[in-house]
Amino acid sequence: MQAFTKLDGLVAPLDRNNVDTDAIIPKQFLKSIKRSGFGPNAFDEWRYMDHGEPGMDNSKRPLNPNFVLNQQRYQGASVLLTRSNFGCGSSREHAPWALLDYGFRVVIAESFADIFFNNCFKNGILPIVLPKAEIDALFGLTEYTPGFKLVVDLEQQKVVRPDGHAIPFEVDAFRRECLLNGWDDIGLTLRHADKIKAFEERRRAEQPWLFS
Amino acid sequence: MPQTLYDKLWQSHVVHEEADGTALIYIDRHLVHEVTSPQAFEGLKLAGRKPWRISSIVATADHNTPTDHWEEGIKDPISRQQVETLDANIREVGALAYWPFKDMRQGIVHVVGPENGATLPGMTVVCGDSHTSTHGAFACMAHGIGTSEVEHVMATQCLIQKKSKSMLIRVEGKLGKGVTGKDVALAIIGKIGTAGGTGYAIEFGGSAIRGLSMEGRMTLCNMAIEAGARMGFVAVDDTTINYLKDRPFSPKGETWDKAVAHWRTLKSDEGATFDRVVDLKAEEIQPQVTWGTSPEMVVAIGATVPDPAKEADPVKREGMERALQYMGLTPNLEIKKIAIDKVFIGSCTNSRIEDLREAATVVRGRQKAANVKLALVVPGSGLVKRQAEAEGLDKIFIAAGFEWREPGCSMCLAMNADRLEPGERCASTSNRNFEGRQGPGGRTHLVSPAMAAAAGIAGHFADVRDIL
Ligand code: SF4
Repeated sequence: MQAFTKLDGLVAPLDRNNVDTDAIIPKQFLKSIKRSGFGPNAFDEWRYMDHGEPGMDNSKRPLNPNFVLNQQRYQGASVLLTRSNFGCGSSREHAPWALLDYGFRVVIAESFADIFFNNCFKNGILPIVLPKAEIDALFGLTEYTPGFKLVVDLEQQKVVRPDGHAIPFEVDAFRRECLLNGWDDIGLTLRHADKIKAFEERRRAEQPWLFS
Repeated sequence: MPQTLYDKLWQSHVVHEEADGTALIYIDRHLVHEVTSPQAFEGLKLAGRKPWRISSIVATADHNTPTDHWEEGIKDPISRQQVETLDANIREVGALAYWPFKDMRQGIVHVVGPENGATLPGMTVVCGDSHTSTHGAFACMAHGIGTSEVEHVMATQCLIQKKSKSMLIRVEGKLGKGVTGKDVALAIIGKIGTAGGTGYAIEFGGSAIRGLSMEGRMTLCNMAIEAGARMGFVAVDDTTINYLKDRPFSPKGETWDKAVAHWRTLKSDEGATFDRVVDLKAEEIQPQVTWGTSPEMVVAIGATVPDPAKEADPVKREGMERALQYMGLTPNLEIKKIAIDKVFIGSCTNSRIEDLREAATVVRGRQKAANVKLALVVPGSGLVKRQAEAEGLDKIFIAAGFEWREPGCSMCLAMNADRLEPGERCASTSNRNFEGRQGPGGRTHLVSPAMAAAAGIAGHFADVRDIL
């Protein structure tokens, strides 16, 4: 996993509640057996005028001019700003894979759906929950400031606006460590292999029906 | 100190705990399907790791499999490749059970687990699918995981987790005629919202829940994720135990007795406290119909489409307006006046034998309305299909002009050939009415099986209580 420490990134706004993982990456792209290459199909149904299928040449497809991420000013954005319950719905990890492949490393929202939130950390994306008032202000700033950027500092746990206003955010100590170091958590878990074996043996003895 | 069911389930699976509360949780059952597993198997192989406990794995192919013309195989080459990749991975790695495409036990992963007794009370059950919450009906800690976690479970038999907050949703009283587990689920989501359960593990309790069959409880727990909770569960009682008796993977003989004695302890203690309690009265719950593009956009059958002009929050108002536009509906329209194009009875929410019986009761001796282009009935598994056929349900559906198909996820997410065309409106027993979920531009209204059947007969939404 790619480590995440600090980023100074262009912000793109997606002013909606309940953006679901079906919207982030529609199901027809889930047929891929790979982890990469989902970026061009992120938000496919909102982003293009035609219906997308795997294997199409996306560079030739008509873009929807009304979809905010298609605006020239947001090209190259690495911070996605959105509203509440982002990433609800299906547990598909293809959603964070698509956002990452698109170029987003940070998603800032009022709240996230649990499974999506978890999946972000496994892929080097930092999901940040901020209070509604701060988010309202950020939407305003993004709209009225061409090239609006934010500094996201995981070490210091704060988001800093160009005007110097710093917004602190919470992050789990363990997840923070993993993200800062780019650790593979399977490796970390396997350090406890003996404990897992002991637990398993005890469970097998006490509740043998769980093991057939 | 009195414990909640969640406390008991959590505690009994902690292998290791860090100072900040991050814990290693042992996983008893790992359900695997073709869509979210290929990258995990590949990751395992690339890292040179072996699966920790093969006997925890139960696998089936469901999302991509066609529901008709099985003799022709899977026509879409990409779908076929995904299903064949699962075949190859299981062949290489092994599993407690694998029900591949066309196997008589094949079906939707959340239907086949319980019906084979592969989901047992007190288990942790995970699957790379958000509707894994279904298995909570058996007092399991069951939830969906992403593909990285699928790989993590394969490699370590554990997940890294933090304990959620606990919520009790209590439904007291007796459900009215024609009101089902699905209506309870939708009514709850309508009340607490799709993010209402975020960060919580939900226990469903109260006399109305105890009165539900296992099928009804599975429907309810299935929809916990639509209320934002990764998991929802119901305590063990006689209904649970009677359901599990004599299932293929259920314990037998003396082990059964020992297991049952343990399972009886899987309930919240008297006086246990929850972080949040929500109360509903069973008598007030009516048959539900969603009108928008989120399961929380739901009203009772007798109601009208809400008016965004009356919503004070601007983001919400805009969301409602966008949903109405997508759904092709106008504010204040009577729900019963909404005509439909298609009916879908199926999905891991409502494709079990009881669901099909409920729908058949409505359909029996009646005819599909002329304006309904297609009414699909897709059993959740090969076993459900066989059982339904033994009861003659297939004939009832076919005589009414409904189509009787092979098992699978089908039009729930339209990864196979079953889908809505742009603009088509569907009465669906599935769990998500998101934009494009059942096909690009398709319009989904979530309802119970009986309500879907009633809409198929009337040609528009109708109150099933007037028909029964
Ligand atoms: S039936 Fe629908 S919700 Fe259930 S597992 Fe299949 S695709 Fe997912």
